[in-house]
This record gives sequence, C-alpha cells and structure tokens, in this order.
Amino acid sequence: MSHDNIAFHRKHMLPEAPPPVTETGAIKWLRENLFSSIPNGILTVVSAYVVLTIAMAAAPWFFNGVWDSPSLSACREMLDGRTGACFAVLTERWNQLLFGFQYPSRLYWRPTLAFVLLFVAIAPVLFIKYTPRGLLVLTGLYPFIAYWLIWGGSIVVPVVALLGVLFGAFVYRRTMTASAGVAVIAGIVAAMVFWWAAGAVTAGLSGVMALEPVASRDMGGFMINLMLGVICVSLSLPFGILLALGRQSSMPIVKWICVAFIEFIRGVPLITLLFVANVVLAYFLPPGTTFDLILRVIIMITMFASAYIAEVIRGGLAALPRGQYEAADSLGLDYAQSMQLVILPQALRISIPGIVNVAVGLFKDTTLVSVISMFDIVGMIRGPILASTEWNGVYWELFGFAALLFFITCYGISQYSQWLERQLQTDHR
Amino acid sequence: MTTMTDPPKASFRLSQLIYDTRYRSYTFQFIALILLAALMAYLGANLVTNLADQGQNISFRFLAEPSGYDINQRLIEYDSQSSHLRAAVVGVLNTLIVAFLGCLTATILGVVAGVLRLSPNWLVRKLMAGYVEAFRNVPVLIWILIIFTIMSAVMPPPNAFRGDNATASMVFDAFAFTNRGVYTPAPIWGAGSLVVVLTFLASIIGVIYYRRYATRLLYDTGKLLPMGWPSLVILFLPSILVYFVMGQPISLDYPALKGFNFSGGLHIRGSLIALWFALAIYTGAFIAENVRAGIQAVSKGQTEAAASLGMRPNRIMKLVILPQALRVIIPPLISQYLNLTKNSSLAIAVGYMDVTGTLGGITLNQTGRAIECVLLLMIFYLTISLAISAVMNVYNQSIALKER
Repeated sequence: MSHDNIAFHRKHMLPEAPPPVTETGAIKWLRENLFSSIPNGILTVVSAYVVLTIAMAAAPWFFNGVWDSPSLSACREMLDGRTGACFAVLTERWNQLLFGFQYPSRLYWRPTLAFVLLFVAIAPVLFIKYTPRGLLVLTGLYPFIAYWLIWGGSIVVPVVALLGVLFGAFVYRRTMTASAGVAVIAGIVAAMVFWWAAGAVTAGLSGVMALEPVASRDMGGFMINLMLGVICVSLSLPFGILLALGRQSSMPIVKWICVAFIEFIRGVPLITLLFVANVVLAYFLPPGTTFDLILRVIIMITMFASAYIAEVIRGGLAALPRGQYEAADSLGLDYAQSMQLVILPQALRISIPGIVNVAVGLFKDTTLVSVISMFDIVGMIRGPILASTEWNGVYWELFGFAALLFFITCYGISQYSQWLERQLQTDHR
Repeated sequence: MTTMTDPPKASFRLSQLIYDTRYRSYTFQFIALILLAALMAYLGANLVTNLADQGQNISFRFLAEPSGYDINQRLIEYDSQSSHLRAAVVGVLNTLIVAFLGCLTATILGVVAGVLRLSPNWLVRKLMAGYVEAFRNVPVLIWILIIFTIMSAVMPPPNAFRGDNATASMVFDAFAFTNRGVYTPAPIWGAGSLVVVLTFLASIIGVIYYRRYATRLLYDTGKLLPMGWPSLVILFLPSILVYFVMGQPISLDYPALKGFNFSGGLHIRGSLIALWFALAIYTGAFIAENVRAGIQAVSKGQTEAAASLGMRPNRIMKLVILPQALRVIIPPLISQYLNLTKNSSLAIAVGYMDVTGTLGGITLNQTGRAIECVLLLMIFYLTISLAISAVMNVYNQSIALKER
C-alpha cells in the first residue's frame, strides 16, 4: 500500500518556531505572576502604588540623613528644611545604645570580646555536623569566661565554679553504674560541697588576676537584651527537659507538680513575673540577702522560658511512636538510660523548631524589662536619650534602629532553624 | 511424688524501696512531696520573717479604701473617691476592651494576609511575606511605642483645626485625628431605639434560620435557593424600615471644636489606639502564618477530588478546603488570642489604664501592697487563660476527627 493516494502529506519536518512572545521570558513571567486575571492586575497595580508611595517618602528621608551632628537642633539646621533623618543620634549615642550609660567606657572591650567569643562558643553547637567534637570544650568554657569578662573580679571565682562543675561531673560518672537517679543527686551534692570548701579556701585570693569589677546595675543597652536572652534560654533548656519528663511521668504527684507549675507560668503575662522579680521576690529570700535585680530577673525569665520549652519538648515526646519506648524497655534499659539514649535524642530533634520559636519570642520579650526601669535598649531610648535636651524628639531613627537590631537577630535565628530542620530531616521524602 | 516447696516468703527489706519497681515510684513521690513541702515552708518562713521585720502583714483590706487617683478611660462610674477594688474593675474592663478589639482586628488582618500569602500574584505574596517577617521579628513593645509616637507626636494638636487657615481638617467632617486621640461620632440612643436594636437582633436570628432552611432544602430535594442577597435583605431591610417608622430614634453626635479641645462624639485615646493596633498588627502576623499553614495542610488531592466532582472553585474552598483547614487553624488561633490578651499588659508602657496599670501600677505604688496586688493580677490573668483553654479543649474534642 502506497501513500500516493493520500491527497497531501508533509515530507519534511517544519523548522522549529520560537514560542509566542506572550509565552516566553519576562512577558510570560509578568502575565503569570502579576496579571493573570483582571482582579489580580488591579491588586498588582494597587500594591505597586503602595510600595512606591512608601519608598518615595522614605528615600529622601533616608538619603538626606545627617550622620554627624551634636544635637537635634544642629541637625535640623544642617538639613535646612529638607526632609531627612537625623542618624547622628545613633553615632553619638552608639555606646549608650549598646552598653548603657553607666558601663565604664574604657571597659567596652570586655563585653565586645565576650560577644565575639559567643560566636566561637556556639558555632560548634550550631554546626555540630561540620565541626570536630573537641571544639565543644569551648562551649563548655564559655559561660565562665563570659562571666569573668562582663562582671570582672578575680578569675578565681569562675575557675572555682568550673572546677566544681567538673568535680560534680566526675562523681556523677563514677556513681552512674549504681543508679542514674542517685548519680545525679550525688553529682549535685559533690559540686555544692566543692564550692563550699573552695570558697573557704580561696577567700583570700580575691585579687588574683582581677579584672575591674562592674556591678550589674551599671549594665544596659542592647547588651542586657543579649545577656538575658542567651543566659535564660540556655538555663531554661535543662529545666524545660526535666519539666517535660515530669509532666509525662506516671507518678501522679510529680506529674501534678509539673502540670501546676507549667500551667501557672503559661497563664500569666511575663510582665507580672517581672513585677514579682522587682517587688515581690525579695520577700521570699532569706532576710538580709540582697539579690541583684538582674539576677532576680534572670530567675523569673528562666522560669517563664522553661515552662514554654517544656511544652514544646512534651510535644516532641508525644510525637514519638510508642514503639520507641517499648523498644528501649525491651532492651532492658532503665528509665534514665532509655531517656538518655533512645527517647530524648529523637524527641529533642523533633522539638528544635519549637525551641527556636520560644527562644526568638523570649529574646523579643527581654525588652519588657524596660517596664521595671531597667535600661535595656528600649529603656535607654525612652529614658536617657529621648529625655536629653539634645535629642528630644528623635523618634524614628532610634526606634527604627532598635527594631532593625532585633529584626536582624531574630530573622537570622529563624533562618538558621529552617536550615537545621532541612539538615536533620532523616526521613526520605 | 512431688514435693511442693513453699513460695519464697515475702519479706520486706528497706532496699526494696529503691530497687523494687513496685515501691520505687512511691519513694520518689514521697521525696518529691517532702522537698516541695520543705521549699514551701522555707519560702513561707522567709516571708513571715521579712514581713515582721518591716512591720507589714498580708491583708486585702486596702481594696475597700478610696483610691485617690483618676482613670481617664472608664466604662463604669468611677472617681478618685471610689475604692481600689473599683479601680481594679475599671482596669479589668479596659483590658477586656483592648483584648476584644485587638483579637477582632488581628483575626481580620491575619486571615487576609495569610490567604494573600498564597496568592498567585508575586508582588502581593512578597508584600505579605514582608509584613509577616517584619512584625514577627521585632518586639511588640517597640511596635506599641512606634504607633504611640505616631498618635502623640505626629498627629496635629486640636488647635491646628481652628481658624481660617487651619493646618489640619476633619475627615468627612466627622473624624478628627489629634494628638490627644481620635474623635469619632457617637450614637445617641433616643426613645424607641431599643425597638430598632431588637429588630436587628431578630434579623440576625432570621438570617441564620433562612440559611439553615436553604441548606436543608438543598440536601432533601436538591433545590438550590440563593443565599447571598436574601441574607442581606433579611439582615438590613426590617431594621431600616423600623428605624424610619419609629421616627429615626438613633442619631449621631458629631465631635466639634470648642475652645481648646474637641467636645462631643466619642473620644478614643491615643494610648488605646496604639495598644490596639500594635497588638492587632503584631498578632495578625502570627495568625497569618497559622492560616497559611492550615490551608497548606489540606492536601492537594482534596482540591483535585472536589474539582473532579465538578465543584466550582469558591465552593471547593467553602465546602472542602476551609472545614479541614479550620481544624488546623483554630487551636493555634486561640492561643494567639491568649497571647494577645497577655501582651495587653504592656499597656503600662503607654499609660493605658488596664488592670496592670491600675492594680499593678498605681494601686501597688500607693499602698505598697506588692504581694497582694501581684497575686490578684496573676489570678485575673490565670482565670482568663484557664477559661479560654477549657473552652478550647471542649471545641477541640467536638471538632476532632471521629475515628473508629
């Protein structure tokens, strides 16, 4: 059978034609993403108008900004009636915004160094897959170094504290084989005894390698926000784990103590807890003891954060399949071992995004201490800076700067958390 | 012959308290209880000693004494001769006002932003992402202060509205935005306005019944009644008719410039607006994320299945996607409401007299009764939280997937 009786058929391939103009390049993208339908087109035009209006208003304000001027009135003179920001307040009050107005200026290098070292210390934890395990020693040493740098005083104090922790850990290791519960108690008691004994022995050594001491009440600015954030989050992790385990426990009394604590803390606003730190907590301490306000605030914020972290971890524990618990039991592991080796590593991994959320929220909430007249960055702006005669009336530059600092930090943390989530995904999807 | 040996005699040794799993939990709980009691006793003893040292005691009698301060925003009768208790109640009402307004606005903002974040429009998507990230990553206190600054330092003073060459003017001759707050028209309830209000309430019930009837008719007979315009007619027509029949009993009281300030109308203070909007926009960003997550949690197969049944897009959204998405959205939404209510205690930063400002602020400072005031404050917030989470649990149980 031949094809000759067919009226027409093509004998050659047609040359490749370019796609229609509307289906390629920028036009296709615009059509699909901005003008796919009439309502969408209207929406695009309206939002472009909004963006442009804001940008047009903000651009001269930003680019005319004055960066060098002693006061607001001088700044206005330099602007000469043009719209423009007065960023000079940031350059002039830079140190106050970061360190508060009472931290001795010749000692600024110490908190700065502690801040830089913070990155060295948390890097091994953050990128645990990519750094050698040995670097974790740095993380362990960091709290003691940072304390010494920020508060000053003799190096004996942090060294004794470190040795006490090491001694406690040593005792814990040795008694571990008997019973985990007993080992924990023995470790804590050993550390306490060590501190007590070492405190008596080293009482005369207060001048050894002493940095100039700085009182807590002299600290302020963004430094306080960072300190409260870092200290309280790291302290609340172990407490949060304990509370979560307690809440999951089969022992009713332990369980109800934990439930009551968690629900109470989560039910009240942080501000009332800060009121407690400010005016009430002193009543419950032994007569004659005076705690720093900052220490009282750290206690209350840590309690606050542990309750929230406990709930996140409880979610992680509940999300583990029942089989994991049973598998650990069937291997003959006791409670402490099964938690340590099987349950917690998995539960904590699931809870990381939640924990990061709590940490970001907590870091933002550290601004609340300005309400109980501590001079964190918001307190500095509202107090000494806006009340000064030179800078009375510079709102946007200051609040914008504070907002920017928090945005950078919190956005960075949440981006890290998303990256980590992708890293830790062990299931294959 | 077999000899039976007696089972080992159950003799109790002390070491069983630690090593026997039957008794170990009792030991631990006993220790926990003792420790807790010891801690309580220690703190209590400290409290008693400290109070005795300062010659103080715990007593709530101060609540009945005259407060001696004024509150600028009050829903109930209150003056400086009223008791501290009444001041606290005024504060509670102010907290509830700002919490209610904030939750309402935050829900609207959050739902709109969350849906728009999934829009096919690139620009809108990015804008909404910018809104969400900007507000989620900056402390709410800073936003409250920024909006308060707009309300108090950027808005014109009332005298800018005066004279022939006034620099500011009222919007629609009804709203005045000043640095002392916003003045809006206030309704005057004349004689017979109750009838209008009752008619309107009855219309709402009527709409609900009409929609139920239409749904039942659809399920029973397959006959589709229109829903949209009849609902609107039932909702508004009777009320408007009654309004004119009764001789227009409800009128508006417009604010007017008298002397140095506006008078008449409704005065909404800058502090309330700052708190309300800051909390709403901030919480709205979180709600937007919840809404987005909820919609994305409904698998694409559901949309496709509905489409293959021949449903139109808006019906797919209403009948298939939303009911499933709501199950995911509602629990975090409620906890956002709780957060908003607790964050409203930041009112103290802008001088809005909520319960933290009255009971935890001025009353505490005047009477020096720190423990009592903070305790009452905590009980108030705790009650709200526990009540809302109880409601939420009931709701969760009712909405939970009914499985085998």
